[in-house]
Order: sequence, then C-alpha cells, then structure tokens
Amino acid sequence: MQTKTFKGGIHPAGHKELSKGHPVERYLPKGDLVFPTNQHIGKPARPIVQKGDKVLAGQIIAEADGFVSANVISSCSGTVKAVEERVTSAGTRALCIVVENDGQFTLAPGVGKTRHEGTLSNKDILDAVQAAGIIGLGGAGFPTHVKLSSKNPEGIDYIIANGSECEPYITCDDLLMQKENREIVEGIKLVLQLFPNAQGIIAIEDNKPEAIKAMEAVCAGEKQVSVQPVMAKYPEGGERNLISVVTGRDLRFGQLPADVGCIVCNVATLHAIYRAVFHSEPLMERYFTVSGNAIASPRTLCVRLGTNCSELIQAAGGIREGCTVKKVLFGGPMMGVALTTLDLPVNKNNNALTVLAEDDVELAQSQMTACIRCGRCAHACPIHLVPQLMAEAAQRKDYERYEKKLYGLDCIACGSCTYVCPAKRPLMQLFKQTKAAILAAKRK
Amino acid sequence: MQSILIATVAVAIIGLLIGVLLVIVGNKFKVETDPREAAVREFLPGNNCGGCGYAGCDAMAAAIVAGEAPVSGCPVGGDPVAEQIANIMGVEAEEGEKKVAFVKCGGDCEHAVPKCNYIGIRDCASAMASSISPWKCDYGCLGFGSCAAACPFDAIHVINGVARVDSARCKACGKCITACPKHLIEFVPADAPHAVACSNKDRGPAVKKVCSSGCIGCRLCEKQCEAGAIKVENNVAHIDYEKCTGCGKCVEKCPAGAITKRKK
Repeated sequence: MQTKTFKGGIHPAGHKELSKGHPVERYLPKGDLVFPTNQHIGKPARPIVQKGDKVLAGQIIAEADGFVSANVISSCSGTVKAVEERVTSAGTRALCIVVENDGQFTLAPGVGKTRHEGTLSNKDILDAVQAAGIIGLGGAGFPTHVKLSSKNPEGIDYIIANGSECEPYITCDDLLMQKENREIVEGIKLVLQLFPNAQGIIAIEDNKPEAIKAMEAVCAGEKQVSVQPVMAKYPEGGERNLISVVTGRDLRFGQLPADVGCIVCNVATLHAIYRAVFHSEPLMERYFTVSGNAIASPRTLCVRLGTNCSELIQAAGGIREGCTVKKVLFGGPMMGVALTTLDLPVNKNNNALTVLAEDDVELAQSQMTACIRCGRCAHACPIHLVPQLMAEAAQRKDYERYEKKLYGLDCIACGSCTYVCPAKRPLMQLFKQTKAAILAAKRK
Repeated sequence: MQSILIATVAVAIIGLLIGVLLVIVGNKFKVETDPREAAVREFLPGNNCGGCGYAGCDAMAAAIVAGEAPVSGCPVGGDPVAEQIANIMGVEAEEGEKKVAFVKCGGDCEHAVPKCNYIGIRDCASAMASSISPWKCDYGCLGFGSCAAACPFDAIHVINGVARVDSARCKACGKCITACPKHLIEFVPADAPHAVACSNKDRGPAVKKVCSSGCIGCRLCEKQCEAGAIKVENNVAHIDYEKCTGCGKCVEKCPAGAITKRKK
C-alpha cells in the first residue's frame, strides 16, 4: 500500500537495524552527572543549589527563569560538586550543575506518587508538565508547557504524535513506541483534555512495522486517537512536513503549527507527560540510542539525563576492535552536531550518539567542485526553497535577498540539499551560518 | 539681408532673456552648499577606499563638514591631512596618534594545542556558527582569515595559524575589528613597544592546558610595572598605553611569553 508522504526529501540509508534488535535496558550511571541550565529554548534556568548541597533524584536543582524556560531536575542523588561554566554539547559555554553521584538514586519525597484520572483539571496537567521540566524531546527543546498553553484551545484540531523518526541510525522512539505504547496513548489523551476539539494522530514511518502494530493495538478501542503510517523518507519528522502529510494543511512561510490548528509533539515528550502527570515523576530518564559502525554492540538504552557520553559508549560495548573513530555526533548523521570531546552530558533533547569509523564529510570536501546548476537541491528541499540561489546570495552576503526574496530563514537545516548535491557543496553549513549571521544582526 | 538681421536680433534677444531667466532662477533655487566641503574634499586622498566607513571621499567630506565625522577620520591621510582639514574647519586637530590593529592572540601552531580536524567551511564566522574550533582554546584566533579577507589594505595575513597585522600597511580603518567573530582585534598605538597577545579569560591551569603562550593571569607583570600601566582583569593582562613607558620589564618577567615585543 502506498503510504502518505510529502514532495521532496531524500532516502538515505537507515542503518536502524544496527541498534534495533537489542532489548532496551536501563543504564544507571556510575560517574558524576552534569546538568546544563540551557537545555531548552528560552532563558536558561536559575540554579537553586550550591556547592556542597545534598540533592535527591527528582529534585529541582535549577528553576525556570520566566515563562519560556524550564526546570532542570537532578536525575541522581548525591552532592553538588560544582556550579560552574562548562562546554556543553552545543559547543558553547553554559552554567552547569555537577552532581557527585552516590549511586543510590534515592528519590525525592513525592516523586512516584500516583494520581488518578478524572480528578485532574487542565491546570493540574499544565502545572505538572511545567514542574517536571519537560521540553520537546525530539530535538528542538521548546518548553512543552508553553506549547500546550495555547491562547485558543478550541482552535486546535489535531494533536500529532511524532513517531516518524526519519534520522538514520536512531531507534529510540521506535523502541519507546514498542515498549511503552500504552503510556504514550495515555499521554496523548492528557493533551487532548486540554484541547476539546482536537483529535490525536500518531504518525509513524512505515519502516517501523512493529511500532505501528504496537500502537494500533492500544488505539483499537480509542475514539479520539488513531495511528497514521507515513512513508519512510527524510525529513518526514519535520514539523512542517508532518502536518502537511497527516492533515493536508500547508504552513505558509512564517506560520506556526498552531496557526493551522495543529500541535506536534514527539512521542517521547508524550511519554514524559504521562509519567509527570500520573506518576509525579519529573523528566529524569529518556530513551537514547548509541549506534554507528564503530560501536561494538549498538543499542538503545534508557539513560539518566546528565550521564557522561563516554560512559554510554562503554555501556554499548565500547568501540569495536580494530576500529578507529573518525567522527562522533550527537544525534544522527543528517542533523547531528559533531563533538570534539566525549566529556559531555546527555541533555533532555539529545536522542542519540552516533560513532562513525569513516568521515564522509571529509571525503565530500575533497571532491567539491563548482555548482553545476542541476537543481537537484531544489527538488530535494522538503520546504520548497531554492538552495542553489540561497547559496549564491549567502556567499555574496546579500542578506536582504536571502531573507526577503528566498525565505532563507525558513530553512530547517535538514541537509537534504547537501546530501543530493553532485558537486558536493557544503550548502546546509552555509545556510546555518547565514541564518546565525542574520539573526545576530537583527538582535543588535 | 534683412531676414538675416531679424533672425540674428531675435536669437540674441531670446538668448538674453533666457540668460536673465537662468540667473534669476539660479539665484532663487540655489542649493546651499558649504564651500568648506569642496575644500575638505580637496585634501582627502581621493582613492575612495571606504576605510573611514563612508561611501567614498565625497561622502566623507560631507560628513566632516556636517560634524558627523572627526577631522582626523581619514585613516589613509593620517596626521598631515587631518591638520589641513582642521584648518579649514577652524578646529584644533586632536593630536591624532597613529594607531594600528593588533591581534590579541599568540596561539600559533607551535603554542596552541589543536582540538580536532576541522573540515567545515574555512571561514571564522562559519566555524563559530557550528561552535567548533580547531584549537582547544575557546578564546583564540581560529586562523581562517576572515579579518584578512576584510582588510582593504592587505595588512593582515594568517601566518602559522594565527592572524598577524603588518603595522606598516595597517591604516587603522577598523574593518578587521568588525570582521573578527572572536573580538580579538583592537587598536594599539603604532609605536607601542609591546602588547598582550592573549585573550583567554580562563584561570591559569586551564590556559596552560590549551596554549603554551597564553596569559595565565599570574600578575607578575602588574607587580613589575613601575608606571602602573598593567592591570590583570578577567585573568588577562591589559596595558594602558597612556601610562606605559616602554621599559620592557613586563616582557622579561612574563613566564608564559604572552606579552610580546612588537616589531616596528
């Protein structure tokens, strides 16, 4: 059966089989845990603990500073070792709270207390989500309570659970849907309570038949929630594309999902909402894939936030024998960021660590030639921009044209153009830089 | 014969009338220009380099007369031009000390510790956007030469992994200062005998791990300086050139070699 899809996009090799077969295990960290205060979009959280303080698992250690901000929660019990500036996975410095792990994982009082449906008001749900420090776990890291506090809740028609997971190598959402299917549906139902006219749709790429089956099994008796298989294509999971595929509504440039009556949440976020509301459990753990051809035994783990990356590589069997690591990425190979050190913590919105034995970017750069104007980039662009013209304007630093005529600021940096370019031009890198330059100029 | 006379007289009268009209209109709708503008323009070099920040020498002359730009605003002309313009404008030219750009980083290939094999776009702003630096030091020169590309006078070159200013060619136009995403470049007096070639704000032990010529903030220079010209702020030494006597004791004492003698 032909499944729904969007125009554009690419079909990179998935490599999901590497980490898919291994059962998900919980990994408890042994070393110190580090919690950056800027894991979300918005103002960094304000630390409320000091060096030497004792903390418990589930305790708030940094408070949201303003509405568009999120709490940071300790995922282990122990002593605060330092509150200092450190380099984070984004490559920049941020205030981090370092907790010396006592290995006990003693829970803070009140965590794990179950609540029952029927007694919950909308405010209860939003408060629980806000207190739990939940942010978009798919990658963007937008505070979830802000997303759910819509001014016009009646105007929302669709709550889309994003389980498409189009990025190669990553299987954490796939396995989460297989294992925690009931919790995800309960999470959607909680969100649906906030939006009376909405309907829940779980979008899953058709290369995850087990996840589709598992979710369909739970949705069978539900009136408001259904499963929608979509074609396996990159970037199917982009918010804009997913809305167009599932609802047929197109977002114009500059529009937000709520403008067309949609809210898109990652399945992991919905799972976290369920845990936070029904079990008073703040965001302490997440599914995290450690994969790549340089890993001895790639797998998806249920990890505590703040765990050190080098520990996780060891947990996945370490580096394959006889393998030299060429590149380590936070995230997948398409949108992930290259790391220069492994001494980094897992943040709320990090979903995978990809360790590769060869570096295709280096190879591509050695083969770079001039643009041959073939237009493949424009065909591949999932949001219908013209990367070839954008690159020209960006190189001339003609930011006016880039922004106003070519809508360059709407680029989602998915890298599809760069993937198909036969001249091997670093398009996406250029767009990322240009976007940063334009936004920096606007802030002045 | 008569027709020729009539034509000549008619043309002469028309010419006279038009001439009178033009004079009247010319006086009535005269655009007020400051005579000083032309005079100032006369002394500007006239190669329209844009080093002053204006569109060319004409725009600069207008800006000087309008009081928007200082009389010493032309980086190419320097003091002699500033003096002439000051005469026209009837102001004292501030004793315009000649300045040159200086890159506050000494982390070249021998001193700085490399971090990774950077394979992105070779441009400083691009590397900053991806937050990846080829060097372990988070503050130092990236060495991709965005400043060199911005320099209209070919006065900056990336030598051995770090940007270096050719003082003889530098006209202190300031384009490199805006081009550097790390904010490493500043003006120093052209005759400054030495300068601090480091911007690392980390504490000593952290600096030592990433660069062997980085300022460790030990304050030895501060204690040595008899004129009190050196202050260590945010773990980096700063020289106040108003007070500096150029004795060179700081250069001798600096254990890291972060204070360098400048070539004249």
